[in-house]
Amino acid sequence: MKKLINQVDDIVSEMLDGMTAAYPQYVKRIEGFEILVRAKGPSPKVALVSGGGSGHEPSHGGYVGRGMLDGAVAGAVFTSPTPDQVYEAIKAVNGGKGVLLVIKNYTGDVMNFEMAADMARDEGIEVEQVIVADDVAVENSTWTTGRRGIAGTVLVHKIAGAATESGMNLADVKRVAEKVIANVRSMGMAVNACTVPAAGKPGFDLADDEIEIGIGIHGEPGTHREKISNVNDIADKLLAKIFAEGIYSSGDDVFW
Amino acid sequence: MPSSIYNCLSEIGERIIANKDYLTELDREIGDSDHGINMARGFKAVLEKVNPEEQDIGAALKKAGMTLLSTVGGASGPLYGTAYMESGKILSGKTELTAEDMKKIFEASIAGIQKRGKAIRGEKTMLDALIPASETYAKKLSEGSDMIQALEAACESAREGVEYTKTITATKGRASYLGERSIGHQDPGATSAMLTLEAILDYLKGK
Repeated sequence: MKKLINQVDDIVSEMLDGMTAAYPQYVKRIEGFEILVRAKGPSPKVALVSGGGSGHEPSHGGYVGRGMLDGAVAGAVFTSPTPDQVYEAIKAVNGGKGVLLVIKNYTGDVMNFEMAADMARDEGIEVEQVIVADDVAVENSTWTTGRRGIAGTVLVHKIAGAATESGMNLADVKRVAEKVIANVRSMGMAVNACTVPAAGKPGFDLADDEIEIGIGIHGEPGTHREKISNVNDIADKLLAKIFAEGIYSSGDDVFW
Repeated sequence: MPSSIYNCLSEIGERIIANKDYLTELDREIGDSDHGINMARGFKAVLEKVNPEEQDIGAALKKAGMTLLSTVGGASGPLYGTAYMESGKILSGKTELTAEDMKKIFEASIAGIQKRGKAIRGEKTMLDALIPASETYAKKLSEGSDMIQALEAACESAREGVEYTKTITATKGRASYLGERSIGHQDPGATSAMLTLEAILDYLKGK
């Protein structure tokens, strides 16, 4: 796959510098860290921090700004950021009203963010977390890692972000975020494999006339492969899996 | 002159770095194609950050653990980082490693990994190499083997554990999304754990 990059090791750092250069009115980088925060600095409200592996842009740095995130931590491509990075982000955005971490449900992300939360709590910062697990392609089970956090995470940023701006306290923002998580479902599909720059070759092989249904955002295998068909059929299939959850029904009000 | 513990960490680091592509390829099959890349980045940093002259085994292991924690990322960073830091805690101030210390390292590493990762044996993780190795090591010591003999047997158990991961379904970590399709594939984390033990053994045999 063709990629417009300089050095593989520099791409995350250069991407963050690029975002701050393009939008200095909205975001700035914490010196020495892979973190974007709002340009104006912390404000006296609950702060919202998210992050994860890079390679999902505009997630999460692109969602830093009024009404959404206060800080975003960027790991290496498809790799959770480390605890020290998340800890710095928590400190940087803390406006004294506490910090809510929005974590996507991956083994690494949960471990690294939880370690950072422990470190921040030791410093006296109030930290809570929510875990987004919206991918219906994965069977939910308390015995396994469980569902992945995918596209629905953006809605958590948006709605919980609005809650922070309205002046809600940390417990209420967390409650709002958990309500979003309880009501959001996503399902993915891929037409080809992605190539992690450091790996240099596609994460899996998919024939020219095949699509993979239920694929994860890092190329984790989905439920099955099938021949490519027209987009209406594909959308029907993806929605059928979401509707089978039974949390939405015909005539539901989308406002809440 | 570099200390013994630094030389041992070098042996581990070089082994991991030499197997970067192999570990990444295993991860490509059932994960997200980065285990070797992340571990190699971490050990490169360990070899730069740990003071080569550090005699205190505990201090060197703690530094290695902190470095892995802040450079590896993913799930492997906290898991290996915790294992090294927990091992460092019990060896604080020591400059010589005894056979009994090695047993404690196994136990502390496994306890730390289980606490952080909430996994048990049989879930297709690094524990499937480490737990059998630890049990074999303890058994051999109790039967009168010395450290190298016991570790040789432990490495054999780790290799069997890695083979065993091919036969089971992943229920923790990223490979768990594959469900039964993970059967037939070797776990990358168990493999890097096995490589670590083999490197320690080779270091002890060669010194």
